[in-house]
Amino acid sequence: MEKLLELLEQDCTMPVSALAAAAGVSEEEAKAAIKEFENDCTILGYQAIIDWDHVRKETVTALIEVNVTPQSKDGFDRIAERIYQYDEVESMYLMSGSFDLTVIISGRTLREVAQFVGERLAPIQGVTGTATHFILKKYKEKHLVFRPQDPEEREYIFV
Amino acid sequence: MNYDNILNKRIQNIQPSGIRKFFDILEEMTDAISLGIGEPDFVTPWHIRDAGIYSLERGRTKYTSNAGLLQLRREIAAYLERRFDLRYDYASQVIVTVGGSEGIDLAMRVLLEPGDEVIVPVPSFVCYGPLAEMAGGVPKYLPLKAENEFRLTPEELRSAITDKTKVLVLPFPCNPTGGTMDRKDLEAIAEVLKGTDIMVISDEIYAELTYGHRHVSPANLTDLYDRTVVVNGFSKSHAMTGWRMGYLCGPAPIIQQALKLHQFGIMSAPTTSQYAAVEAMRNGDGDIEHMREEYDRRRRYLVENLNRIGLTCFEPKGAFYVFPDVRSTGLSSEEFCEKFLLEEKVAVIPGSAFGPGGEGFVRACYAASMKDIAEAVARMDNFLTNLRRKQGREG
Repeated sequence: MEKLLELLEQDCTMPVSALAAAAGVSEEEAKAAIKEFENDCTILGYQAIIDWDHVRKETVTALIEVNVTPQSKDGFDRIAERIYQYDEVESMYLMSGSFDLTVIISGRTLREVAQFVGERLAPIQGVTGTATHFILKKYKEKHLVFRPQDPEEREYIFV
Repeated sequence: MNYDNILNKRIQNIQPSGIRKFFDILEEMTDAISLGIGEPDFVTPWHIRDAGIYSLERGRTKYTSNAGLLQLRREIAAYLERRFDLRYDYASQVIVTVGGSEGIDLAMRVLLEPGDEVIVPVPSFVCYGPLAEMAGGVPKYLPLKAENEFRLTPEELRSAITDKTKVLVLPFPCNPTGGTMDRKDLEAIAEVLKGTDIMVISDEIYAELTYGHRHVSPANLTDLYDRTVVVNGFSKSHAMTGWRMGYLCGPAPIIQQALKLHQFGIMSAPTTSQYAAVEAMRNGDGDIEHMREEYDRRRRYLVENLNRIGLTCFEPKGAFYVFPDVRSTGLSSEEFCEKFLLEEKVAVIPGSAFGPGGEGFVRACYAASMKDIAEAVARMDNFLTNLRRKQGREG
């Protein structure tokens, strides 16, 4: 059933019949497995990957490095939770290396990002420093390349 | 000028492929889906393309040795042993060719005397007959049967052999049927050939694309090794069709003669492509597995769904084609393809294009995106439903 997950990760719009055939299971089995994956939160959700530049949305994506003081009992989790509960936070990871958390904020204006960092993130008790990086251009996300599709150059040949 | 009198008669007599008209229709269509072209839909993996580019950056723009870069021949020999347990000496038994097609051409020309017969199992790729004729040979088409999953049986072979037979073509895994030959099938063929001077040209361009079993080459059989010339290449295994990279392997005396033809006709295969091919051999096994797995998913989906909507389709064990039986529709394979293309805008190829024996079948290539394949199945379902309704009314 791991195969099903791989297929869904590639393209969750595939009809169940196609998923099942590709994974080598029956349609009923595939349906049941997907239901179970959804119930136990193995599958968290289904989303589209959008190139917002196409609709000229003047928004930015920011990657914020955050340094925090871990708390004695809960380590980083407690403070992480206080940060990721904010709707503005799109993704967040605990990191190894020179800073502790990566916080990604997208679909906001520059001002909104500044406001979030200055008024919400930085004042949280335990946050000792932040460094905000703005993403200038997206090249690739989740194996998908951000560029207009080249026109099909396939020539017809009989093989 | 009356060119008919000037041009070579043998060439003039060769019929061009009848498929062109489908492509002409297709080119005019918008939102058409093509399951017609037999070529990987993958782009050559980046590390292989990069190796080609890097060779240009380093100024590797000269000829290579006639037989191909020494390091590439070494890699090919190592690859054949690693993947298929085939043993060839890179120095005397391997030529790097311009695609598998040149390999087939070389093999035909080096083996055939005027009038020699070439047994060509059909349906199969269209080049064997014309290339045999161009080499002075006489193709003898041997129709294979759907009920044998388009394998060549020893009885069929025996019935086709005459005292003029020089070459047997073994086009497995097979385009267009997806048929394969396992070791037992090949042993039976070896038994028939025992004591004859009949040579085997084994076109193994789809050798990496087998599902549920590994490809067995006739050259894997001790009894057939000395009479077998193996044609293979990078087009299908590494999605490198446009690079035109193939190779020919076989007994040293044959390869040495073939090298003369290659030397005078071609000089050496394209240098950039050869450098890319070295990378493909060294670090490309993972790509092969990845693509095969992807094809296999599509194959299972297509076979299951064609059968579901009422087109009988045996499970192809190799290549990237399904070959459903359309006789139940009452249409010839060409009528079927034309109607299907005009009504539903999906291109598949009539089986009749692949020689006698192919009539009543159509070839659909599943080297296409899952989305296109799913859409093609839906349109096929629609097409068949409409067809049955119409036929019901008329009947």
